[in-house]
Amino acid sequence: MTSWLNGEWPWYVAGPAIGLLVPALAIAGNKAFGISSSLSHLCAAIAPGKIEYFRYDWRRAGLWNLVFLTGVLGGGFLAAHTGTVHSVAISDATKATLAQMGIHNFSGVAPQEIFTWHSLLTARGLILIVFGGFLVGFGTAYAAGCTSGHAISGLANFQLPSLIAVIGFFAGGLAASFFILPFVIGKL
Amino acid sequence: MTDQASLRFEGCGEEAADASRVRPGFWPVYLLLGIVFGFVLYRSEVLSWFRIQEMFHFQSFRMYGIIGSAVVTAAVSLSLLKRMKLKSVSGELISLPPKALGSGIRYLAGGAIFGLGWALTGACPGPLVALIGGGVSVMAVALVSALLGTWVYGWLRPRLPH
Repeated sequence: MTSWLNGEWPWYVAGPAIGLLVPALAIAGNKAFGISSSLSHLCAAIAPGKIEYFRYDWRRAGLWNLVFLTGVLGGGFLAAHTGTVHSVAISDATKATLAQMGIHNFSGVAPQEIFTWHSLLTARGLILIVFGGFLVGFGTAYAAGCTSGHAISGLANFQLPSLIAVIGFFAGGLAASFFILPFVIGKL
Repeated sequence: MTDQASLRFEGCGEEAADASRVRPGFWPVYLLLGIVFGFVLYRSEVLSWFRIQEMFHFQSFRMYGIIGSAVVTAAVSLSLLKRMKLKSVSGELISLPPKALGSGIRYLAGGAIFGLGWALTGACPGPLVALIGGGVSVMAVALVSALLGTWVYGWLRPRLPH
């Protein structure tokens, strides 16, 4: 019982577990599973300015999103502080690809050569963490959804906009993985 | 829906603006579901930068298996709920209105911009938050950047094609 709860979950357990959040949120309050709208709600709460997009009742529209997001923070904490410590078991092919770029430390969930405070102000850190984060926020707002809202609940609801968005996700992701990352990590 | 209404149906808040306010009694439910999501993101390693690179290089079935089985599970259970015409616990008929298509350009362009950020940070918004909880504290900077990105979108929105 505890062994499967503590180690790395197989895909056929993790996928359905994530998928079940869609009906769970629908049953709880007719809510659509989606994370990125929380970013808009936070902007509306913190700094709406004179921007029409942020001038709405964020408490009414999205307080539940923010409560959910607080849970995500807690869930990450809980998972990291229980269970066994192990490296992410990526394939040898991926290790070779990343080693070619210049990543050699495969411990932890993100490469410690980049995703640390120490590396934040290097060219790699600025591009991957600061600029990457900006693109995540801008892109999800423009596309009106992220992986959870489009790729999971949108596709499950058979929405054409979500299929278009997912095609966009992969176009951008492939471009970054094949062209931008090898340059940024390898050359900068 | 009139054209006027579909034109207004654009903003993140706009969609849910007529949603009923969630009663505080339901907060623990959403909190708990959020904890489950964060926990699964970590245990499944979906939040790992390494796994995202592996996915975009097509070097493992794992991420596709996770996303694919999540979609199938959600689609089957959602269509069952709709067929049964069930009401949610809070009293509304389960409906989940679709997003307006418009020209579709926002989904393709916005999606591609997000995709770039997804591969660079190795995290979409949920994993970004779960990583902070999980101890990769520098991701708080990425989250602040993401908030700034969303804010800049709101600012530029009147000038962007949708």
